[in-house]
Amino acid sequence: MIEMQNLYKSFENLEVLKGVSLQVKRGEILGLIGGSGHGKTVILKHVAGLMRPDRGHVYIDGKDVYSLRGDELQELRSRLGFLFQSGALFSSLTVFDNVAFPLREKTRLGEEEIREKVITALEQVGLRGAEDKYPAQISGGMIKRTALARSLVRNPEIMLFDEPTTGLDPVIAHTILDLVKSVHKDLGFTGIIVSHELLRVFQTVQKVAMLHDGVILFVGTPEEIMASRDPVVQQFITEALALRNFRQEEQLDRKE
Amino acid sequence: MFIRKLGALSLMTLRKTGRMGLFLAKTFFFSATPPWKYSQLLRQIQFIGFQSVLIIFLTGAFTGMVLGLQGFYTLNRFGSAALLGPMVALSLIKELGPVLSALMVTGRAGSAMTAEIGIMRITEQIDAIELMGLNPFRYLVVPRFLAGILAMPLLTAIFDVVGIFGGYLVGVKLLGIGEGTYFGEMANYVDMRDITEGIYKSVSFGVLISWVSCYKGYHVGFGAEGVSKATTQAVVLSSVLILFWDYVLTSALF
Repeated sequence: MIEMQNLYKSFENLEVLKGVSLQVKRGEILGLIGGSGHGKTVILKHVAGLMRPDRGHVYIDGKDVYSLRGDELQELRSRLGFLFQSGALFSSLTVFDNVAFPLREKTRLGEEEIREKVITALEQVGLRGAEDKYPAQISGGMIKRTALARSLVRNPEIMLFDEPTTGLDPVIAHTILDLVKSVHKDLGFTGIIVSHELLRVFQTVQKVAMLHDGVILFVGTPEEIMASRDPVVQQFITEALALRNFRQEEQLDRKE
Repeated sequence: MFIRKLGALSLMTLRKTGRMGLFLAKTFFFSATPPWKYSQLLRQIQFIGFQSVLIIFLTGAFTGMVLGLQGFYTLNRFGSAALLGPMVALSLIKELGPVLSALMVTGRAGSAMTAEIGIMRITEQIDAIELMGLNPFRYLVVPRFLAGILAMPLLTAIFDVVGIFGGYLVGVKLLGIGEGTYFGEMANYVDMRDITEGIYKSVSFGVLISWVSCYKGYHVGFGAEGVSKATTQAVVLSSVLILFWDYVLTSALF
C-alpha cells in the first residue's frame, strides 16, 4: 500500500534522511519511533507529498507520489488524512466549522448530514459542547482532538498521525489512542503513527520501525523490538520508558 | 571571490523574480477560472475596501487641503490663482490619488495580508488545505487578489473626491477664490482621459499590492521572525514597486 524506497533528504547542509526504505501493508498501522529531530515528521510529509526527496520514491498503491500532478494528486490526497503535530486548525473558523470544512468542500452532503457527522466526530473525541469556540479559545489538547476529528471525519483510507499524544495528559492520550484503535477496527485504514509514547503505541500498532541517524535501524512487531538486542534500540527503549515512569511519578507527586 | 558572490547574488535574484512571476501567472489563471470562493471574496472586499475608507478619507482630505494651500501660493505668484481647481483636480486624479491610496492600502491591508497568510503557512494551515485535496490559491490568494483589483479604483475615487473638496475648503472658503471659478475651470481642464489614466493606475496598483503581499506571506521563512521579516519586505517592496510602476505607466500613457 505505502512503499518508501531509498529516501534521501537534506536541509541546507544537514542530511536528515539517508536512504529510508519502509513498507506499510494495507490495513496495517506502523509505529514510527526515534529520537527528536531525527526526521520522523519529514518522513510523514514525504508520504503525503508535502516534501520532495532529494532522491528516492514513495509509492502509494503502486503510484509514484512525486509523479502525480493536478487532479491525480488531489485525488490521492482526498483519500488521505493527516494529523499535524500542531493541529493546524484554521484560526478563523470555529471548532465545528473546522471539522465541517473538508465535508463542505469535498463532498456533496447537505448541511443537515454534515451537522450529524460533525457532531458524531466531536462526540467521539469528547468535544461535544465546544463547537462554537475558536482555536484560540481552547487548550492544546482540545486543538489536537479537534484536528483528529477533522482528519477522521471523511473516513480516509490512509491516516498519518504526527505525534497525536504529545503534550496531552495521560488520560486524554489514552482516549485518543483508543479512538484510533477503534476507528481502525471499524474502517481498517492504513496508517503511520509517529510517537514517543512507546507502550501505548505498541498496543495500537501491528509493526514498529525505529529511525536513527537518518536510516531505519529496526522494523518488526512491538514484541520483537522489546526483545531486540541491538544496543541503540535497547538504549532508546529503556530511556523512553524510564522517562515515562518519571513523568508518571511526577504527576502522582503533584496529585498528592 | 567578489565575482563569485556577485554571480550567486544575481542567480538568487533571478530565481526569486522568476518565482514571483510564476506566482502571479498562477494567480491570474486561478482568478480567471471557477470555482470562486464568493464568501472569502466578500470578506476580503470588506477588509481591503470598506475598512480602508476612513484612512483614505483622512489622507484624501489633508492631501487636498495642502494642495489647495500650496497651489494657491504658487499660482498666485504667476497671477493664475483662478486655475487652482484644475491644478488640485489633475494632481489628485492623475498622480496623488492612485499613488497615495495605494501606499495607504499597502500599509494597512497589504501588511495584514502577508502576516495572515504567513501565520497560516508557519502553523501548517496551508499544508492542511493542500492535504484535503484542495487548492490553497483559491482560498487564500485569489480572493485577496480580486478584492485588491476591485477595491483600489473605488478607494482612489473616494480619495480624489474628498481631496477635491479639501482643496475647495482651503481655496474657496479660506482663501477666497470664487466657487464657480474653482469648479468651472476644473470642468474645462479635466478630460475623461485623465480619469481613465487614474483608474488604470489604481487597478494596476491593486494587482501589485495583493501580488507582493500574498507572495511574501505564502513563501514566508520560519517562525515569528520569518513573518515579521516578510511583512516588512512586503510593505517596502510594494511601496517601491508602486512608485516605480507609477513612473513607467505615466511615461507610457503619454
